[in-house]
Amino acid sequence: MRPFEYGNPSTVAQAVALLGPQWDEAAVLAGGTDLLSLMKDYIVSPKRLVNIKNIRALGGVREEKAGLRIGAAVTLEELYEHPGPLGRYPALRTAIEGVSSPQMRGMGTVGGDLLQRPRCWYFRNGFGLLARNAKGQPLVPGGDNRYHAIFANSGPAYFVCPSSLAPALVTLGASVRLEGPKGARELPVAQLFQIPKDANEREHAIAPQEILAEILIPASAASTRNATYEVRERQFMDWPLATASVALRLEGREVRQAQIVLGEVAPTPWRAEAAERELAGKTLDEAAAARAGEAATQGAHPLSRNGYKVQLVRVAVQRALLAAIA
Amino acid sequence: MADLQWPPAANRHLIGKSISRIDGPWKSSGTAKYSYDMNPPGLLYAKMVTSPYAHAKITAIDTSAAEHAPGVHAVHLFTAVGKEVTCEGQEVAAVAADTEEQAEDAARLVRVEYDELPYLVADTDPTHAGAGNFRQNSEETQGNPTQGFQQAEVVSEGEYGLPVITHCCMESHGSVAQWDGDKLNVWLSTQNVSGQGGEYAQGLSNAGINFSASNLHVDCQVMGGGFGSKFSADTWGVAAAVLAKKAGRPVKLMLDRNVELLVAGCRPSMHGKIRVGAKRDGTLVAWESQSWGTGGVRGFGVPPIPYIFDIPNYSRTHANVLTNIGAARAWRAPNHPQMCYLTMTALEDLAAKLGMDPLDFFLKNIALTGERADYYKQELQQAAEMIGWKQKWHPRGDKTPGSIKRGLGLSIHTWGGAGHQGFCRTTIHPDGSVEVATGSQDLGTGTRTVIGIVAAETLGLPLEGVQVEIGDTKYPPDGASGGSSTVGGVTSSTRVAATDALNQLLAKVAPSLGTTPDKLEAAQGQIRVIGDPSKAISWKQACAKMGATPIVAQGQGGSRGPGRALISAGVGGAQMAEVSVDVDTGVVRMEKMVAVQDCGLVIDSKTAESQVFGACIMGTCYALHEEKIMDQQTGTCLNPNMEFYKLGGIDDIGDIVVHFMTDPMYENRGVIGLGEPPVVSPGAAISNAVANAIGVRVPELPMTPDRVLAALGKGGQA
Repeated sequence: MRPFEYGNPSTVAQAVALLGPQWDEAAVLAGGTDLLSLMKDYIVSPKRLVNIKNIRALGGVREEKAGLRIGAAVTLEELYEHPGPLGRYPALRTAIEGVSSPQMRGMGTVGGDLLQRPRCWYFRNGFGLLARNAKGQPLVPGGDNRYHAIFANSGPAYFVCPSSLAPALVTLGASVRLEGPKGARELPVAQLFQIPKDANEREHAIAPQEILAEILIPASAASTRNATYEVRERQFMDWPLATASVALRLEGREVRQAQIVLGEVAPTPWRAEAAERELAGKTLDEAAAARAGEAATQGAHPLSRNGYKVQLVRVAVQRALLAAIA
Repeated sequence: MADLQWPPAANRHLIGKSISRIDGPWKSSGTAKYSYDMNPPGLLYAKMVTSPYAHAKITAIDTSAAEHAPGVHAVHLFTAVGKEVTCEGQEVAAVAADTEEQAEDAARLVRVEYDELPYLVADTDPTHAGAGNFRQNSEETQGNPTQGFQQAEVVSEGEYGLPVITHCCMESHGSVAQWDGDKLNVWLSTQNVSGQGGEYAQGLSNAGINFSASNLHVDCQVMGGGFGSKFSADTWGVAAAVLAKKAGRPVKLMLDRNVELLVAGCRPSMHGKIRVGAKRDGTLVAWESQSWGTGGVRGFGVPPIPYIFDIPNYSRTHANVLTNIGAARAWRAPNHPQMCYLTMTALEDLAAKLGMDPLDFFLKNIALTGERADYYKQELQQAAEMIGWKQKWHPRGDKTPGSIKRGLGLSIHTWGGAGHQGFCRTTIHPDGSVEVATGSQDLGTGTRTVIGIVAAETLGLPLEGVQVEIGDTKYPPDGASGGSSTVGGVTSSTRVAATDALNQLLAKVAPSLGTTPDKLEAAQGQIRVIGDPSKAISWKQACAKMGATPIVAQGQGGSRGPGRALISAGVGGAQMAEVSVDVDTGVVRMEKMVAVQDCGLVIDSKTAESQVFGACIMGTCYALHEEKIMDQQTGTCLNPNMEFYKLGGIDDIGDIVVHFMTDPMYENRGVIGLGEPPVVSPGAAISNAVANAIGVRVPELPMTPDRVLAALGKGGQA
């Protein structure tokens, strides 16, 4: 780990002022569960860390008319201790439970979950976010890509979005508030993620001088039937191999509107629009869920070793839909 | 006179009982100190510079920037310009500094230049490995394989394999080294406390430091797992001593987890194309296999298959594929899990093709297992009863509706487990206290406890009446803990020493009881006349009669010592697994394992049972999760961490039920080691259970969802 300056601001404005216009100048330190590992492995070496855990404005979970406001520095465990609101968002509750390490839930924050860096093992072994060799050739297509993307993977990005909460939050129509030198702006969570086009871009649409301040789940989401289903190899401390989060507006058993978002299968949370269309106006039963699962695989282009994820998408969508109406 | 032989069952007060390990509270309270916990005053921390390349020639090394970095006190080179590195993670240099972070930063300032050389890291067959990258062994045959296959009415063919895995010791390799004049103290995490002198003397001499092995003091009171990877001090062990000498300060050098996974543990892979044939009634007649595997650039020997079943006609070849990965080290039951997996899966496939219950098929052919056929038969029957085989087993493919399918699988295994050579010293003090000391080591298995049990049983004392001292070269030397040799070694040496000491005491006490030593026994904290318990004095009173000089006796253990009648070798075991498989996701869960094992006379049934629990957990991990994943494009290991080098966690392990065969026919063999055998079968048993559940073989371990779905035709290429 390279030496770094340490900033310990108590307001968002102070924190923003400590950030720099380039990514390597400063990094925001929340739970540190990802950042410190990246620094110890010399994958990132920011010149300054800006601790945001002492900024009160970034804490707290509040139910308001507009919806559920979650401070970005709220830990997963703190959020989990709000059973009332989470009872209305089982999609989110299941996603938090999926982070099965008590230590991770105790230290890791909601903002940190959204902004953690990809787990791609080429990236983590020092081959860069786009996983290229010294000649600039991509390593993932000809390498071991069992955990890589099956959607939007024609390059240059092959990694999958690692956020556990993002599929649920996108499904619920959540937005984030970003604070920067020019003030605040709001973005749907779906737009917080982007596919980098070259090595200079990141996988998040946040600017180097911005701080993720708050997540808002709109009140309207509480009236959806929503659920998340994760497929994981190990039950204990493992990343899902595929995730599906769904939010449904129903009339009886008929689907008026469906939001279906996949995790761990694309460089961003991945809307399964064909599956949403497939369901609209249909009665949701096992057969309809299976058809939606099939539709969700439309556009998948597996790499050499991750064809199994297509099947996992099928099943995850089907099971998430059935869980939502269970 | 006390008899050296193990007491008969009716006279055992401690042996064979379920006794908690005596160092349990010490460990669970966190007061036990591991190598990692040793922090002598002035301690420096060392970090290693290792090769980023799978194969390269070193063209330049410049340590000057590192030497002048903040906090740095010494730099050591493991190699030199002009030498080659043959795997990623290979030791190049080590830097000792005031803090761990300074050492890490300074290590990155060591500039090493390489010329990259061609490499192979892929675990591939000889054809794909290419000429020069494998050593093919010539064909071995028995009987007439051609005729054997002509006799066969049913032949099963398949490919089976399991990948390179690593030892994954919870405590990484390493030591703390501290000089005291010419004397060297090392707190080394080791399976071989008494056997380090030669390696340190040679290694230090190579570094220009004159050192006599008699000046080495090794201390290892507790250690966090070795599994066969910690016999040697290794270059990094010697490096800690060299750095400490150069710096004039103690040095701690423990491997980082990534280096640990890269170079400090490798169980070779094994893959094979197998044909096996039987008559319609299930009689095995012929076997043919072409197998290969890799264990690094030097290979790892030739594991002979078929395993256990001596099929009358066979033909086999094996190739060692030579790859640029960390070298093979003995991994708990070296080669047995691989041989067992390839054999028992191929046999179970044949049973399925015959339409036979594999239990019936194994029993039908049990005579082919040779001298232990009766043991295997009893063990299979015992395991079958415990898991409910007859009630639960179904032909391949669980027909229950829904996505969750259940299945049963079985396997048998063997191991030697002869006690190693070693010495134990028993001291009886005039105040009645007893010390039992041997330079052995407790890898976490309960060695300290079984030594105490044997000594206390021999002396007729409660367990807390003896003080056990191990893990230090100041005690009489004991053998390395490998190959399930420890329990036989230490129990025989302890029994010999304690019996000798007791006889000396009886000789001193006999006159005061008006009898001769041969009429006396030690029992229940007393010395008493055999057959007349009223003529007795307490242990303490007896010891008071010895005068000021303690009684000291040294005993030799192992097959060449006087205690050779106390131990033997050669065990069998049978395991059965029950799994559930989600056929829509490919996720496998081990629901239950039954492990039936013989290991002669069990000293402590609780720690023995724990050994088997650990083996079943370890076996479930390699059956379902573990794999060292190498990238042929870059020569790099992609998962040198505990995130993607996956081990099962608490939620991933089902019920484990252990049964020891302890009838007199088993017990009369004396003490036999137990460490290795129960880890041999789980891969095969769980694979067979998965095949039984889903109706098809998942040919390669670990049985991860991608491989399971591929076998089911649902996953594309796995």
